[in-house]
Amino acid sequence: MSLAVKGADRSAAAVVAPAEPSLASVGDYFALMKPRVMSLVVFTAFVGLMVAPGPVHPVIGATALICIAVGAGAAGALNMWYDADIDAIMTRTAGRPIPKGRILPGEALAFGLTLAAFSVVGLGLMVNVTAAALLGFTIFFYIVIYTMWLKRATPENIVIGGAAGAFPPVIGWLSVSDQPALEPLLLFLIVFMWTPPHFWALSLSRSADYARAGVPMLPVVAGKPETRRRILIYTALLVPCGLAPYAFGVAGALYGAVAATSGALMLALAWRVWAAREDPAESAGKQLFAFSILYLLLLFAVLLVEPGVVG
Amino acid sequence: MTANDPMPDGGIVLTPEQKRRRRARSIAIALTLGALVLLFYIVTIVKLGPNVLTRPM
Repeated sequence: MSLAVKGADRSAAAVVAPAEPSLASVGDYFALMKPRVMSLVVFTAFVGLMVAPGPVHPVIGATALICIAVGAGAAGALNMWYDADIDAIMTRTAGRPIPKGRILPGEALAFGLTLAAFSVVGLGLMVNVTAAALLGFTIFFYIVIYTMWLKRATPENIVIGGAAGAFPPVIGWLSVSDQPALEPLLLFLIVFMWTPPHFWALSLSRSADYARAGVPMLPVVAGKPETRRRILIYTALLVPCGLAPYAFGVAGALYGAVAATSGALMLALAWRVWAAREDPAESAGKQLFAFSILYLLLLFAVLLVEPGVVG
Repeated sequence: MTANDPMPDGGIVLTPEQKRRRRARSIAIALTLGALVLLFYIVTIVKLGPNVLTRPM
């Protein structure tokens, strides 16, 4: 059975199949690319590209970012194609174009595969093959390893699957330099360790949604107290990773100060999530979720501007 | 009979909204293709660099 047919069959029960010609707007296709996730991917890739040693022509750098953005969009579209059945069940995702019947699963699959092919081949031809290979692997990892396998199989889905979101700064780095270095590894580590507490903080208030859809997120399988404990542990592991660029001399004192301050705040919020009881924990979880985005943006933004600011 | 029911000759009549959205999708595809042409042209010039002017005599 082809993937296209399988995807359409899986979603058939949950998706309202349009009986009329397509009503999909340009905005629906844009939504299919998960623009908010894409913006974070592009930003971290941009920082990876800018901190890499060696000159890069602005046009080639911009082309790399366009290809990475399109690759992220492809991954988003393919994720929505495969997850259309559970998206239709969960409140947060029920309004997406496929569950709403504005885009057919097959259309999303074709859209995603086309974007994936264009982004990987484009990055390979116009920038370099190493970066393109990692972009291709990232899309494969996000769709096959995370979406198709881990997400519905284990509560560790976010922990392992988080690697997909941690690759973009490395792809940005590889677009400029193919020399092995510590910096891209540290950038990877920060995003990788940031992902579990970020998503688990959100999942505390969405566990009923995940349970209804049969997704084995940590609060559903292990309960909220265990999730709150894990959030605290992973945040405690994240903070040293955030400080690592300063500790290894890759970043300067400004970065060290920002990483220490924002890391302490992350830890304080994670402590509140751990110490709180049911409803207050959900509220504290939302605060941690929101601040974790700011935390990641701050770290990467300082890495980006510090050389210019400090000298 | 709705606007989308098959016509006697087997065709389908689109509603004005469907026509509007199809036109918007077509324009988006055209703009994307145009942007790709421009991108490939500029990247080609950048990659060739000054060599674009070097021709064997």
